[in-house]
Amino acid sequence: MITAEKLPENIQVNKKGRLKHFLTTEGLSRQLLTEILDTAENFAGVGERAVKKVPLLRGKTIANLFFEPSTRTRTTFELAAKRLSADVLNINIESSATKKGESLQDTLQTLESMHCDMFVVRHANSGAAHFIASMVSPGIRVINAGDGRHAHPTQAMLDAFTIRRHRGRFSGLKIAIVGDIMHSRVARSEIHAFNTLGVKELRVIAPKTLIPAYMQALGVKVFHDLEAGLRGVDAVIMLRLQNERMQGTLLPSADEFFKMYGLTEERLAHADPEVMVLHPGPINRGVEIDSEVADGPRSVILEQVSYGIAIRMAVMSMCMGSAE
Amino acid sequence: MTVIKNSETIEEMIAKMAMDLKIFLKERERKDIAIIGIHTGGVWIAERLHNLLKIKEPLGELNIAFYRDDFSRIGMHPSVEPSNLPFDVEGKHIILVDDILYTGRTIRAALNEIFDYGRPASVTLAVLVDRGEQELPFKADVVGTTMSLSAGEHVKLTGPKKLTLVTK
Amino acid sequence: MNICISKGRVIDPANGLDKVTNIYISKGQIVAVGRKPPGFEVKKQINVKGQIVIPGLVDLSARIREPGEHCKANIASETRAAAIAGITTLCCPPDTTPVIDTPAVIELIHQRADQSGQAKVVCLGALTHGLQGQRLAEMYSLKEAGCVGVSNAMQAIPDTEVMSRAMEYAVTCDLTVFLQPEDPWLGGGHMHEGAYSTRMGIPPIPETAETVALARDLLLIEATGVRAHFMRLSTARSIEMIRDARKRGLPVTADVSIHQLHFTDKDTENYNSLCHVKPPFRHHSDKEQLIAGVKDGTITAICSDHQPHDHDAKTAPFSMTEPGVSALEVMLPLAIRLADDGQIGLKTIIKTMTVAPAGILGLEAGSLTPGSAADLCIFDPEKNWMVTEKNLVSEGKNTPTLGWEMKGKVTHTILNGRIVYKQ
Repeated sequence: MITAEKLPENIQVNKKGRLKHFLTTEGLSRQLLTEILDTAENFAGVGERAVKKVPLLRGKTIANLFFEPSTRTRTTFELAAKRLSADVLNINIESSATKKGESLQDTLQTLESMHCDMFVVRHANSGAAHFIASMVSPGIRVINAGDGRHAHPTQAMLDAFTIRRHRGRFSGLKIAIVGDIMHSRVARSEIHAFNTLGVKELRVIAPKTLIPAYMQALGVKVFHDLEAGLRGVDAVIMLRLQNERMQGTLLPSADEFFKMYGLTEERLAHADPEVMVLHPGPINRGVEIDSEVADGPRSVILEQVSYGIAIRMAVMSMCMGSAE
Repeated sequence: MTVIKNSETIEEMIAKMAMDLKIFLKERERKDIAIIGIHTGGVWIAERLHNLLKIKEPLGELNIAFYRDDFSRIGMHPSVEPSNLPFDVEGKHIILVDDILYTGRTIRAALNEIFDYGRPASVTLAVLVDRGEQELPFKADVVGTTMSLSAGEHVKLTGPKKLTLVTK
Repeated sequence: MNICISKGRVIDPANGLDKVTNIYISKGQIVAVGRKPPGFEVKKQINVKGQIVIPGLVDLSARIREPGEHCKANIASETRAAAIAGITTLCCPPDTTPVIDTPAVIELIHQRADQSGQAKVVCLGALTHGLQGQRLAEMYSLKEAGCVGVSNAMQAIPDTEVMSRAMEYAVTCDLTVFLQPEDPWLGGGHMHEGAYSTRMGIPPIPETAETVALARDLLLIEATGVRAHFMRLSTARSIEMIRDARKRGLPVTADVSIHQLHFTDKDTENYNSLCHVKPPFRHHSDKEQLIAGVKDGTITAICSDHQPHDHDAKTAPFSMTEPGVSALEVMLPLAIRLADDGQIGLKTIIKTMTVAPAGILGLEAGSLTPGSAADLCIFDPEKNWMVTEKNLVSEGKNTPTLGWEMKGKVTHTILNGRIVYKQ
């Protein structure tokens, strides 16, 4: 059994235990994760003001370093940075140009010499955010916007935020994550976050081909049957199935996946009557989720998007405000 | 910690502030008034003034954590109460309340934040204690008491039920 | 020059020797162990009281990066590192650039090694042309040029017919095939498949990537009768399979890299690229079984699997770094550590690094038998030293043991009766 607090040297927190980089939800205390949610709660109202901005990070420069394209995630980070009054640089780097570590180092050094204060990093390789955090000068902060299959901590925290807003707590809750667990950084970050925040039971539901080995070691129950897995759950998090994985050695076809694992109203009836349906987006209607469910009363998918900005404002300001 | 003003004295001071405010507003014929307290001590005083002045608009609370000018030096304060202005700031006559007026930096942050919600018709500043050591061009319109302290001495309001002023 | 190495504890597993005695060397050969031969005139006396004298180490696999990758290392630098590490013979796999599939490359390597004069370098020739797994390499010509075996190094031969024919042809040439079993489809990941790979999200390499290929190769060995050596085994299941194959009388031997006996997948956490190796560091229970395999002789030899890299090769997100560790200079200390921890007897472990690998390579080396070449390693088993980038002579500083305090330091290395390293 592998539990939290496993990273031998937690580069995410400073000597005073304050958040310095936000790379993964793993190894952070319940107190710190709760602080992120509480801080986000404060920022949640900023978007409703006449001036949708607070001057907290005025004069700071945040670089969105995207080695893998993602308009959605980049936009919410950009908006979050701008609502904190920071200057934002968007840099899209084709991964082919940084196949060698040398040029990745060069990229970082160039940006540092432009006096960036924070890097928001998205990269196709697991551990890339840790790598970058270990390379940058001490004053620079790194936020992981998704690295390979490893972690997407802000997405996990915004899901946690959404669930807490509706249920007010985590204790006693049963949460199921459905879909491509194998390749999902969102799933991994959620598993660590929800376990630390104290949910009663975490389940993953997928065919065996989409569940990595030793999954139980992360503190989850594994189900291959959707209905059995949904029984009595308080929240269902649907994961996006990437196009390239819909047919091949992992799955025979998108149709068959929907037949077995697609979330329909009928299947959702097995869950708790108050169940919430979450999805990190973008949705594949008719592949992992039926439109009726996605647009239905149990869906909180649109709420998630707006909370995403508050969560990102919270981690950005917490990291930036943690002087040594 | 030494108590320099007990709760009875403070309640008397607040009652006098309420009287002064009434006169101040009347002289200027200000209506459509809202009151905002600055976390945390300012809110305690604002609550009392809100009752004494029988203001219709609900009490506003301001947390200036996101507007501080020393953020990059001292960072975020964990688990702060959010700002809550449950009325439209636009065109209102605002009474801004804080416990202690010292450097004036808190007031600067509070004004910035208020203006991010809208454009008030006026802002009146009411403080319980004026230390008279402003570093910014602010002057309170209504003052409970003035106090001059030696360097390194701090005065603090404790509450929320029984308000006392202490030095340390 | 006539040398007498006196008062050292001489351990020579080939001759079952472990006692404090003297060794007499003349004209590059060992002339006697124990009593001074009549008429031997000592020109140079080396008193090594308190130290251990063993045959020069024979390393089954060391990348010396020449020809082809001068930015990583070269023959001069790596044979010098070998001398400092007490290694007198090292075997170079064929995955140089160009590949060792022509006599010219072998000649070049031999020539460079002779120029350097720090260690003997032998080569494995390619099993298939260009290591591409499609057509046979000119094994006979390679053998003529001096290669000691044939191998496809880390390149898999997915086509079973090609593998089968290559083995048959190696039988014809009387060459041992050196195989690193890995299924290319299952082996596409970057670390051991287990709880850590799942947690870290690193594409995994399951145990079956090794065992499926091993099973296939064992069946082909049985069918073709080729003499085979399995390189760098990493899983507990592989050890069982080799044990079973031996019971059935198959002519197979196996080795493991010294690091596999010390590291596990746990060491990879925190994305330490210095622990990125192929085959990957596996589960603790695999490591235990590898050690048991060395103890009971299922694993015949321990090698360094030295793979020096330049700084950039290891400075990137984990999966993008190149696998391999720089290991020549830590091989003996890490072996001594296993003996000190009581995991494997000192004599057994010395055997796996001297006479046993020499036997696999078909070399008359790794023993102190009078008449054999005077290749010796003398070390102080109590001397402590720290592994630092500065202390390492190899061009490759990529070892996960950086910062470790090692016990056991080579004091002299003698190659053909010549002192090539003295502390």
